[in-house]
Amino acid sequence: MASAKTTELVLPSLPEGWSAEKDFKVLDKISSTIQRTIEPVGPHFLAHARRARHKRTFSEDDRIQAQERAKKVEEDNDSDISEPEDLMMLQRDAKDWKSQDHYKVLGLSKYRYKATEEQIKRAHRKKVLKHHPDKKAAAGRSEDDNFFKCIQKATEVLLDPVKRRQFDSVDEAAEVEPPTKKQLAKGNYYKLWGSVFKAEARFSKNHPVPHLGDEKSTREEVENFYNFWYNFDSWRSFEYLDEDVPDDNENRDQKRHMERKNANSRKKKKAEDNARLRKLLDDCSAGDERIKKFRQEANAAKNKKRLEKEAAEKKAAEEAKAKKEAEEKAAKEAEEKAKTDREASKKAKEAAKNAVKKNKRVLRGSVKDANYFVSGDASAATIDAVLNDVDLVQAKIDADEIAALAGKLNGLKIADEIKGVWTEEVQRLVAAGKLKDGEVKALA
Amino acid sequence: MAEEGASKAGIVPSDRTAIGIMFSNSNSSIAYTVDDKAEVIANEDGDRQIPTILSYMDGDEYYGQQAKNFLVRNPKNTVAYFREFLGKDFKSIDPTHNHASAHPEEANGTVSFTITDKEGEDAAPSTLSVQEIATRYLRRLVTSASEYIGKKVTSAVITVPTNFNEKQKAALIAAAAGAELEVLQLVPEPVAALLAYDARPEVEVSDRMVVVADLGGTRSDVAVISTRSGMYTVLATTHDYEFTGTALDKVLMDHFAKEFMKRNAGIDPRQNPKSLAKLKLEAESTKKALSIGANASFSVESLAEGIDFASTLNRLRYETIARPVFAGINRLVESVVKKAGLDILDIDEVILSGGTAHTPRIAANMQSIFPRTTAILAPSTTPTAINPSELQARGAALQASLIQEYEAEDIDQSTHAAVTTVPHIANAIGVVLVSESAETFIPIVPGETAVPARRMVHVKTPKDGGDVLVKIVEANTHIKVTKPEPKAKTNGKASKSATVEDADETEDEDDSDLSDDEEEEDEEKRERMWKIGTTLAEAALRGVKKGSTVEVTINVNADLSMTMTTREVGAKGGVRVNVPAP
Repeated sequence: MASAKTTELVLPSLPEGWSAEKDFKVLDKISSTIQRTIEPVGPHFLAHARRARHKRTFSEDDRIQAQERAKKVEEDNDSDISEPEDLMMLQRDAKDWKSQDHYKVLGLSKYRYKATEEQIKRAHRKKVLKHHPDKKAAAGRSEDDNFFKCIQKATEVLLDPVKRRQFDSVDEAAEVEPPTKKQLAKGNYYKLWGSVFKAEARFSKNHPVPHLGDEKSTREEVENFYNFWYNFDSWRSFEYLDEDVPDDNENRDQKRHMERKNANSRKKKKAEDNARLRKLLDDCSAGDERIKKFRQEANAAKNKKRLEKEAAEKKAAEEAKAKKEAEEKAAKEAEEKAKTDREASKKAKEAAKNAVKKNKRVLRGSVKDANYFVSGDASAATIDAVLNDVDLVQAKIDADEIAALAGKLNGLKIADEIKGVWTEEVQRLVAAGKLKDGEVKALA
Repeated sequence: MAEEGASKAGIVPSDRTAIGIMFSNSNSSIAYTVDDKAEVIANEDGDRQIPTILSYMDGDEYYGQQAKNFLVRNPKNTVAYFREFLGKDFKSIDPTHNHASAHPEEANGTVSFTITDKEGEDAAPSTLSVQEIATRYLRRLVTSASEYIGKKVTSAVITVPTNFNEKQKAALIAAAAGAELEVLQLVPEPVAALLAYDARPEVEVSDRMVVVADLGGTRSDVAVISTRSGMYTVLATTHDYEFTGTALDKVLMDHFAKEFMKRNAGIDPRQNPKSLAKLKLEAESTKKALSIGANASFSVESLAEGIDFASTLNRLRYETIARPVFAGINRLVESVVKKAGLDILDIDEVILSGGTAHTPRIAANMQSIFPRTTAILAPSTTPTAINPSELQARGAALQASLIQEYEAEDIDQSTHAAVTTVPHIANAIGVVLVSESAETFIPIVPGETAVPARRMVHVKTPKDGGDVLVKIVEANTHIKVTKPEPKAKTNGKASKSATVEDADETEDEDDSDLSDDEEEEDEEKRERMWKIGTTLAEAALRGVKKGSTVEVTINVNADLSMTMTTREVGAKGGVRVNVPAP
């Protein structure tokens, strides 16, 4: 910060007659300033930024920084291990090291498998300082170094990664019992089971180990959890529980027998452990509401699909039926209509035929009435010629014209008038190009 | 620097491995801080100054020195001098330096290069934006650094010129993001150089006025920075693209080309691109050799038309032919001091950084421009000087180590303008001392100091002790010019001025005058004088003991109110004066 400078010059002596209240006067204020940008670089800027952001003054910041530094040292001391020592434990025999709780011996029972190497070393040092046999001797007590040996053994095991794993594998104190039904009824299902699997996770070869989660976990998370745990890859082993193998110099067969026995027992225990874990999982998943929920959801989704499909099918069938019916009806109607139409047209045709016949009769009758346009008896040839002409005209004109012509002729008795009508008709036909001029002779 | 936040979500401070990168036009460097000491990392080829060049040959990517060698054989697929183009429009770039490598072109609205970067005879050339090129280059730098450190490098502090605009910064950050590199901060190049010097353990924190001359290959940037107890404020900058390393290369190229023509019936090696490239490479290495030794050889096999060429050059000749460039650099430095509203005499330190700063003549010129009291930090003038080529990378690495433990958001907030823009007091604040009868001003808080600021001095008291007056005043400097009169009178004047001026400084002035050339004999004598302005406060300390010292502490707060406390060292009590904010 402010480095002190020493200069050669001296302060002026107080002039005669200088006086002020409290020995100082404020005469003026700092004059001008310029706004500039400082470069956000370097350790001193960091200090400046810290002061500016927390609105601290120099001395406040100095004090806070000093406190922070001091706190760090304290924390280191705090984290030191201090657990009350059990009298029973202190009287342990070092020979029974296999059954001792190494973490407890070192006062690390709240850390267990989580204890770091650093912690173990520090705990060991602390215990050694306290329980060193020479100290006990100096205090006038017996030279009992049993517990000291326990400490040494515990450190030996815990500082060797292989041995530590073997011990951790069978460290029952680190195990969390699966919750009972009673507990589950009262407590939070996921919290209770979660702590079981958290403890179980220490054996995992793969990290990170998924957590059980809570009731809000997604389906994916839950599936991931169970998949991971059903395929759990564990480093747990049971060498620690081996029975002692006799030394080489004893019976070789005995030794081999023991080794085989140990290997078998390890295998068996491992299998048991796997089965145990499986059972844990089965129990946990059996009561897991989330799985039920997901299944229901899945079922609901499936059912929904099925129902939708069925409804669609039904609808389609109905539609098809309706369509068929409509078609049948339409066909029937069309048929009936065609039938009536046919009948009607038949009738009409017959009527028309009759009318034509009648009209034709009128036409023929008219020429007969007109005595075939000759006075006196008509010769057969004349009759033929006239009737031929009538037929010719009749053939050239259609039923309506025949009817019209018949209408005109009907009622006429005078031969000339009849003749006139015919002539007119023939002329009309000639004009219309239906008859050739001269084709009709008798009626022209 | 708001863009930073977006590019780096997800990196937890504890997972960071941060390096410093000097990413420049001609050469780049990477540095890493171990135990508070920044070291520049050599890449796989053993280079600490890694040419900023990428080259593609048969689908293989080369960078650094290897790529530089391809400038002769494969210029079309070699990209050089591209940093300058980042974030710029095609219209505003200067492609002069790229004539002997891949040419920049406009594509999709950005500056791009078309190069064949894939294997095969008929591989289609790809058009790569300058940002993509920068990404690829940075990726190579990061890979080398990761291999050296043994951990994946995740973050970096990168140096940029002071005149890099926001768009260019954004482009650089984007390019870094492409190389999966989190940019913790972009640091101005001169400030990084200054930080590298200030971070040396033996350096005491002090208030200085520093000129940082960053003399690079394609550009020279000079900045005046006021260093006030470790906080840096850039007062003025200037940028130049003519008086640079390549200009020196050009001088040497022309020199040797003429020599070659003299010997070989007028064959000009500058006419043929390949010969020109060879000439340039060798000229550069000759230049570097001349910075170290007094003589350097220049030899190129088959320089032009199969003729080998070998020659030597001594430093004196080199300095003569390159004089225009050196003179230009001098003018540049002088102009920036003037631009900052300062005088040559105000400068306490000159830092030469960048590759061209190795040249001894430039350092010598600085010595003659600035007074004796000014420290010139260059390898030829200061034995303990840091390699000028490494300064910026080191500064960046130091900054990276300082801020890597902070959350990105914290860094963002701390570099926000609200924190960095602060008032700087214009006039120095100090105490008035007397020697014999004259009054002298001793600055406690110098001008151009950012507030809040706290400074402390120890001052002597009269021999007999007694009551003393602590008078806090404002003052500014002016330059007193003494016209040289006939010799006898000069002495008289000098002695008169010595009474008011600090004794040491006057002596130095005299020395420098004596050591200067004869032609400068009649030059006027210039001195830096304090002019005492308004008195801010007076306080009396009564009954000071014989031979004791008095401690004066001045605390200027952010609102420009001031607190002065004074007490006799070792004694209790003292006087505390509060000067209210204006």
